[in-house]
Amino acid sequence: MDASVSPKTSLSSTFESDVRKVVPAEHVRAAAASDAVAGVQPTLVVEPGNEQELAKVLKLANTAGLAVIPRGGGTKLEWGNPPERSDLILSTARMNRVIEHAWADLTVSVQAGCTVAKLQDTVAKHGQRLALDPLWSEQATIGGVLSTNDSGALRLRFGSLRDLVIGATVALADGTVASSGGKVVKNVAGYDLPKLVTGAFGTLGVITRAIFRLHPLPKETQTISFLTVDAMEAQRLVLAIQNSKLVHSALQICCGVEMQPRVDILFEGTEAGLSAQSAQLKLMAGEAIQDDSTSEVWNRRHEMFSRTENDGDSFAVAKFTTLPAEIAQTAEMIGKIAASGLRWGAVAQATGIGLVRMDGAVPDIAAGLRRMREWLETRGGSLVIEQRPAGMGELEAWGNSGDALGLMQAVKRQFDPQGTLNPGRFVGGI
Amino acid sequence: MASGISQPRETHIVDARIVDARIFDELREIVGPRGLITSREELHTYECDGLTNFRVLPRAVLLPDSAEQVQKIVRVCHREKIPFVARGSGTGLSGGALPVENGVVISLTRMNKILEVDIPNARVTVEPGVINLDVTARVAPQEYFYAPDPSSQSVCSIGGNVAENSGGAHCLKYGFTTTHVLGLEVVLADGSLVHLGGKTLDAPGYDLMGVFVGSEGTLGIATKIILRIVKRPECVQTLLAAFPSTNEAGAAVSDMIAAGMLPAAIEMMDNLAIQAAEAAVHANYPNCGALLLVELDGPVAEVAALMAHVDEICKKNSAWEIRVAQSDAERALVWKGRKAAFAAMGRISPNYIVQDGVIPRTELPNVMREIGRLSKEAGLRVANVFHAGDGNLHPLVLYDRRISGQEEVAETLSGKILELCIGAGGSITGEHGVGEDKKKMMSKMYSEPDLETMQRVRCAFDPLQLSNPSKIFPRPRLCGEKPGEYVAHPLETAGIAERF
Repeated sequence: MDASVSPKTSLSSTFESDVRKVVPAEHVRAAAASDAVAGVQPTLVVEPGNEQELAKVLKLANTAGLAVIPRGGGTKLEWGNPPERSDLILSTARMNRVIEHAWADLTVSVQAGCTVAKLQDTVAKHGQRLALDPLWSEQATIGGVLSTNDSGALRLRFGSLRDLVIGATVALADGTVASSGGKVVKNVAGYDLPKLVTGAFGTLGVITRAIFRLHPLPKETQTISFLTVDAMEAQRLVLAIQNSKLVHSALQICCGVEMQPRVDILFEGTEAGLSAQSAQLKLMAGEAIQDDSTSEVWNRRHEMFSRTENDGDSFAVAKFTTLPAEIAQTAEMIGKIAASGLRWGAVAQATGIGLVRMDGAVPDIAAGLRRMREWLETRGGSLVIEQRPAGMGELEAWGNSGDALGLMQAVKRQFDPQGTLNPGRFVGGI
Repeated sequence: MASGISQPRETHIVDARIVDARIFDELREIVGPRGLITSREELHTYECDGLTNFRVLPRAVLLPDSAEQVQKIVRVCHREKIPFVARGSGTGLSGGALPVENGVVISLTRMNKILEVDIPNARVTVEPGVINLDVTARVAPQEYFYAPDPSSQSVCSIGGNVAENSGGAHCLKYGFTTTHVLGLEVVLADGSLVHLGGKTLDAPGYDLMGVFVGSEGTLGIATKIILRIVKRPECVQTLLAAFPSTNEAGAAVSDMIAAGMLPAAIEMMDNLAIQAAEAAVHANYPNCGALLLVELDGPVAEVAALMAHVDEICKKNSAWEIRVAQSDAERALVWKGRKAAFAAMGRISPNYIVQDGVIPRTELPNVMREIGRLSKEAGLRVANVFHAGDGNLHPLVLYDRRISGQEEVAETLSGKILELCIGAGGSITGEHGVGEDKKKMMSKMYSEPDLETMQRVRCAFDPLQLSNPSKIFPRPRLCGEKPGEYVAHPLETAGIAERF
C-alpha cells in the first residue's frame, strides 16, 4: 500500500534472529514449495505458541516491511486474489486449544488454530454444537473459517459466523492485541469488531481467539429430498417451504448439466415434531417426487471442490449470491452460458448463497464466470471465485465491491497502514 | 464527568464556529422553513432522549425528508465543522441521542416511509423514521413479523434500533437488530452516500454494516434500511411460573438450557418488580419471590412436547404455581406486566435508574446475592427484571430525588452493579447502548488497546469526529495520528489539544 515499502525477495538475518528470540527455533523454518500461496512463494514459516508471540512476530515483520500471510489449516489459501507479496507465513497451528467451554452458558472460547472438528467434538460432550457446517472441518481452523466467512447449509436457520461469534481477539500489524465483544451473548458495548474481522481475509489483523454462542445438538434429524422436473419447479417448492410455517434447518437446490434438479430439506427437533413436519411437507410437494435421501446430501459443497477432472479439463468453483427467489433464474442463466462447451453443477441454499462449478477449457471457464458475474451484479448479487485452475490468474476474485470501497480502504489504512497483512488478496486491491 | 475526559472533545467545540444566521439560511434552504427549528421553546423537546438526567440544548434541529437533504445538511456541517446528532424517536435509554453543545440535531422522523415489501425474499426496505411495530403491522397479513422487539417497539424507530442494535425479549431465539438488517444506505460524515450490505447476503468486502449497526450514530446516518422479516410460527405458548426466589427460578432456567431447549423468550421478575407491575397494569401475577415467563414457539407438535418438559423442570425447581396462557388475550396480559415493568416503577418509587448489565447466566445466583448486599448497604431498594435466557439484567435502583444526596447514592449503587457484571465476565450493556451514560464504564470493561482499536474504525468513517461526538468512548482518539506509533496531531502541535 505504502510506496515507500519495497518488496523483499529474501529476509534479513537480523529479522530471522529477532524472530527466533520470540519463537523457539524449532518453530521457525524456511518455507517449502508446498507453503506457496496461490503460486506466490514465501520465505519463512513461523508457528508462534501463543498470542503474545504471534503479535511480536507480526510487529517485527511490519517494522521490517515484510508481507505476512496468516495461515490456519491451509484449506482455503487459494481463495481470494493471489498475494502481491509473500514473505512470512504466520501459522496458528500451535494455538489450537479450546480455552473454555462454558456449557451452562452455551458459549465457548477457543484459540484460532483449533480445528472446527476439534471444537465440535469438545462441545458435543455436553450435547452442544457450533451451529455451523463449514467446508473441511477436520482441517479448517476457527481463525480460517472466520477470516473467510465460510458457512454451509445450517446458515438458513442459525445464521452465519457474524451471528454466532460474540467475541474476538485480534493481533494488528503494529503488534497491538485488541479484544472486543465478550463471553456473553447479548452485548452492545463498543463497536462490533468481531463482525469486522469476520470475512476480512486476514487483511485487518490476525485473529488469535474467538468466543462463540453455541446451540444444543438436535435430538433427532431427518433429511428429505425431492426430484423436480426443472429448476423452476425446484424454486417453486423452495419458496413454498420458505413461506410455510415449517421449521427447517437447511434447504437447498442442486442442479447441473444432465442432472434432474433436486431439493433437499433438513428437519431437526423432537421425534413428534419431525413426523408432523414431514407429513406437512409432503402435502406441499405437489408433483415433485420424493427421492431416497441421507444426510450425505449436505456434503454437496465438498463435492464441488473434488478434483475429478475428466478429459484433461480444468475446473473452477465460485460462490454466488442472489435473491432467494431468483435461484432458478440463476441456474437457467448458468445453463445458457455453459451451453458453449462447459459442464456445470450448482448447489444453492435457500438463503440465496450458492456454489457453482464449471469444468472445461480454461478460457471458456473464465469467459463463463465473467458473464455470470455480470448477470448477477446487475441484479444486486455477486460472484466470488474460490477455486481457480492454473492459467486463470487474470480473473479478479471478488468483482464489484460497491460504493463503499473507499471506506473499506480507509479502514484498511487505519488497521494496517503499510499493507503488511495479505497484501492484494482482498477487494479493490486491499 | 471528569474534566479530563471531556477535554479533547473541546477541540471540536472550540473549533466549530458558532452557527450563525448565514448557515441557518443555508440550512433553511435545504429543508424548507418548516424543517428547521431554532426557537428555544421548541428546541427543548430535543434536549434529551429517554435518559432524562442528561440535557443539552442543541443549536438547531433539522427535519429532512430525504437522503438527499440529509446529505446536504451533513455537507454543510462538514464544511463548517458543526457536530451533528441523528435522532429517531428519542426513546433511547443511554443518552445516545443527547445533543452536543453548539451542534445540531438531525431528526429523521419525517423519513418514515416503508419503501418496499418483498414477501418472496422476506425483505422490507424502510426509511429510518419508520416505527418498529409498523413493519410488523405491514407484513402481518402475510403472516410475517419483524423479530427485534424492544419494549418501546410501538414508538421507537428502525433508524434508532440500527444505531443501538436494539434487542428485546425475543432475541434469545431470534437475535438482535444486527441479525435482521441486511443492507444500509448511509450518509457519512462528509456527506457522501454509501451502501453497506444489500438485499443479497455476503456482499464482497468488509462487513461494515456489521460495524455500523450498534455504533450509536457515531459512524454516520442510515437513510435506508433493508430488513429481514420472519414467518410467524405455527403456534406460540407462554408459561408463567411462580418460584419462592430468584435462585429457584434461575436454576429452572439453567435446567432448560441444559435440556437443550431454546425458548423464544425467558423473562424473570423479582418480587419488587412484580409488585410494581401489578400496581400499574394488574397483570394478575402471583405474589411470589420470582416469576418466570417462558415462551415457546414453533410447530404445534414441537411446542407441545417441549412445554411439557418446561412444566416438569419448573415443578422440579419448586414452582408453586404454573399457568399456561391459553389465548392471545391471556398471552398479551402476561406480557403487558413485563413490558410495562420499567414504567411501573413509578408506582412504587418517585425516581429510579434503569441498568442494562449482562452476566453469564450461571452467575445469576452470585450476582443476585451481591446486588442484595449492595442494596442493603446503600439503603436503597433494587427491583430486578431480567431477560434471563441471555443473562441481561435490568436492575432498577429506586430512590427519591427530593431526599438530599439520595440520587448520588443511587448512581453509585448503579455503577457498582455494573462493575459486578464486568467482574462476572459480562457486559455493561446488553441492549441500551453506551451513549453518554456509560462511557466512563468502558475503560473498566475494555483495555486501552481495545478501545483504541475500535476508534480506528471511527477514524476511517469520520476523521473529524462530527457524527455524534463524545459518545461511547471515554477518551476520543485524534484521527490525524498514525495508528500504532505516536505522531503529533496537527491540533496538538498547534497547542489546541492535549494528549492524555
